[in-house]
Amino acid sequence: MNFELPKLPYALDALEPVISKTTMEFHYGKHHQAYVNNLNNLVKGTEFENADLETIVKKSEGGIFNNGAQVWNHTFYFMSFKPKGGGEPTGALADAIKTSFGSFDKFKEAFSAAAATLFGSGWAWLVKKGDGSLEIVKESNAGNPLRNGLTPILTCDVWEHAYYLDKQNLRPKYIEEFFSILDWEVISARY
Amino acid sequence: MAFELPKLEYAYDALEPHIDARTMEIHHSKHHAGYTNNLNAAVDGTELAGKSVEDILANVSQHSVAVRNNGGGFYNHNLFWTVMSPNGGGQPDGELAAAIDKAFGTFDAFKESFNKAAATRFGSGWAWLVKQADGSLAVTSTANQDNPLMDIADVKGTPILGLDVWEHAYYLHYQNRRPDYIGAFWNVINWDEVTRRFKV
Repeated sequence: MNFELPKLPYALDALEPVISKTTMEFHYGKHHQAYVNNLNNLVKGTEFENADLETIVKKSEGGIFNNGAQVWNHTFYFMSFKPKGGGEPTGALADAIKTSFGSFDKFKEAFSAAAATLFGSGWAWLVKKGDGSLEIVKESNAGNPLRNGLTPILTCDVWEHAYYLDKQNLRPKYIEEFFSILDWEVISARY
Repeated sequence: MAFELPKLEYAYDALEPHIDARTMEIHHSKHHAGYTNNLNAAVDGTELAGKSVEDILANVSQHSVAVRNNGGGFYNHNLFWTVMSPNGGGQPDGELAAAIDKAFGTFDAFKESFNKAAATRFGSGWAWLVKQADGSLAVTSTANQDNPLMDIADVKGTPILGLDVWEHAYYLHYQNRRPDYIGAFWNVINWDEVTRRFKV
């Protein structure tokens, strides 16, 4: 199976001023594309040659895992956005957030803290556990919670390439603005 | 005495075009300053206050994550600024050149090994040329702000050359082209300082 870079449901400049067109051109057009290309090259002749992406994320190691998980993570990340997003979820996800964190604001605070304190490159995740409750986890580099039997609901990329052209060392500012482009309809459907 | 952010021996724009002034300014005055302040906060009032950063890192497995991350970040950047110079580049001679030939065969083979370590470090980290306990040289890489002085390192020794491959070190100028940044680094390496560290 040949993996492909997914099409985005918005233009590369649509998330400005939170995420610039230049950042999108590199992040989606270069980094995400490179992970796709690397993955396609690496799986050739291996047991993962015909595997689906989720299997690769769950079972592979080394370079295949790094590139496969980065393809999965970036697709999940980019698909969480829409121009003029933001606000709060409604329905079942809103209830679950309230049950697990007390309020949306407390969830936002905990998620932001996880994203801000992840040291080095990686991802902050909102995940659903087997019992339907929610949890926030941090994963370094290409880490993905599917490997621990958790269901990803939302992720924030805190590799420096995600924000350095726009915010430089000000990662907390990127995280704060990240909430204003979230598409809670898409995110709620994952729950 | 508290740890202090060192002054650079050259201006922020002195390493251009290889490393741009804006990157240098943010890297030194924000990132390195942040590690310095956070390290001071992490050791303040503990038994580590007053110890050298080398001593702290040698037993880092016994200390907090904050000490590991910020102690490494403080030390690594201290080293990084000194092993670069506007008059850098070229190749070492004398004892260091001989040690490189002995360990790697040729300078070019060493360069290839170091470049590979820097290019293949996945995520954030550093590439190192290390003087090991027996005096021989080795190339290694570490994740995040770890380094070869740490008791947790796979390859231990005294780092004599280090290259920062966190994206903040090159992203404003090179974006996703980390290999171009690694290639440019060779034009600013201060071999006098690397040689001095080798002879200590």
